[in-house]
Amino acid sequence: MATVIIPTPLRKFTNQTARLQVEAETVGEIIEKITVDFPELKKHLLDPQGSIRSFVNIFSGDDDIRDLQHEKTKISQSTIISIVPAIAGGI
Amino acid sequence: MSTPEITFTKEELARYNRHIIIPEFGEAAQQKLKAARVLIIGSGGLGSPALLYLTAAGVGTIGIVDFDVVDDSNLQRQVLFDIHEIGKPKVEAARRRLEALNPHVRFILHNTHINSGNALDIIKDYDVVADGTDNFPTRYLVNDATLLLDKPNVYASIFQFEGQVSVFNYVNRQGERGPNYRDLYPTPPPPGLVPSCAEGGVLGVLPGIIGSLQALEVIKVITGIGEPLSGRFFTFDALNFENRTFNIKRRDDNPVNGKNPTIHELIDYEQFCGMRAVEEKPVKEITVQELYDWQVKGKKFKLIDVREPYEYKIVQIGGDLIPLATVSEHADQIPRDVDVVMYCNAGVRSLKAIRELEEKFGFGNLYNLKGGILAYIDQVQPELIRY
Repeated sequence: MATVIIPTPLRKFTNQTARLQVEAETVGEIIEKITVDFPELKKHLLDPQGSIRSFVNIFSGDDDIRDLQHEKTKISQSTIISIVPAIAGGI
Repeated sequence: MSTPEITFTKEELARYNRHIIIPEFGEAAQQKLKAARVLIIGSGGLGSPALLYLTAAGVGTIGIVDFDVVDDSNLQRQVLFDIHEIGKPKVEAARRRLEALNPHVRFILHNTHINSGNALDIIKDYDVVADGTDNFPTRYLVNDATLLLDKPNVYASIFQFEGQVSVFNYVNRQGERGPNYRDLYPTPPPPGLVPSCAEGGVLGVLPGIIGSLQALEVIKVITGIGEPLSGRFFTFDALNFENRTFNIKRRDDNPVNGKNPTIHELIDYEQFCGMRAVEEKPVKEITVQELYDWQVKGKKFKLIDVREPYEYKIVQIGGDLIPLATVSEHADQIPRDVDVVMYCNAGVRSLKAIRELEEKFGFGNLYNLKGGILAYIDQVQPELIRY
């Protein structure tokens, strides 16, 4: 089971769960499963065409999936997937 | 950066002794700090600790950009200011505090909104920029301006319990240029999807932590000690006390400095971030002056407050409380036979409430109070509490 780290702004859509355990083989499958389990996550992660939004970064381990195989990036049991949306606060 | 001409007085040598005795730092790094010109954009939550530490550390010239005045609600996190400075321009309050901390530093104040018209002019004379602003248009503006001017940009951002830090557009000793904000986040979120700190809140100590990390990276960029956080992206979750450092890379399709750049000058960043996108339908507005006239003339109308109950306890201007999240279920309590003025703290939530009521229930008599309670207090009842 891969681990998905949900950022604090999105935890209100995952019953305040910070880490989800998901059985999947690719990053795309993970995103699909968590948006089925938590439908409100969908509009925050995916655009109307179903692609990952460009202001939401997905990291597999320490690497941006855009530098790997995007949604097709393979994952293992021990992979940690981090979802990191853009934030702009400072004052 | 070679700095043989930089010398120190006895007082400076004594003051910076704890830096100079670190073998990896020494007098050479302290000279680089003194020779450096650093621009801090935003003197708020992130800017406060960054300015305090960079001033204490002995950066020679520090520019401060901020257009705002000190407000009581800033003091929960903006540790640069105190109650005696409320109502005064932040850049001036900052200078008073920082000059008292270190008289060896020169400050340059930019009491203005940074925008596409003035950004290049403001930034061009500095060596390093640290961005601590609070909105996406300014983040992209500062990013692009630092790319066009070839300056490193020490980035930090916060929201609620999360912080992010990276060093953008940094050229290392091998001459390799690191990624920037557009490589990390190619496009901004549409307005409204990601709330600002003003709407979503921030734990006060978080900018203290993240702004201090920003100061650390500024010092590393200037002095060349250690490995600046270039090509890496640090995130901190204060709730779980988890931090991660990710690898980030330049992208060929970066429109400013990728393979085929299409942006060669600063653009309209409000438009880029969708702020000026054509909305479905404009909402009717009323100014606080018009509202005051209605009240004075005894016009018949209804006033509705869409803030949260705890905000209602802080200050109220006479509206019935129907929090934004509950407007639909209370739609039957909103009259249709008289004009209805809806307000919140600054006018954003009441706008959302009106849109929701118009779309779902077809109201046509709703007015948004422009600038919300804050504008009302400023122009009509200054004795009320601002927050």
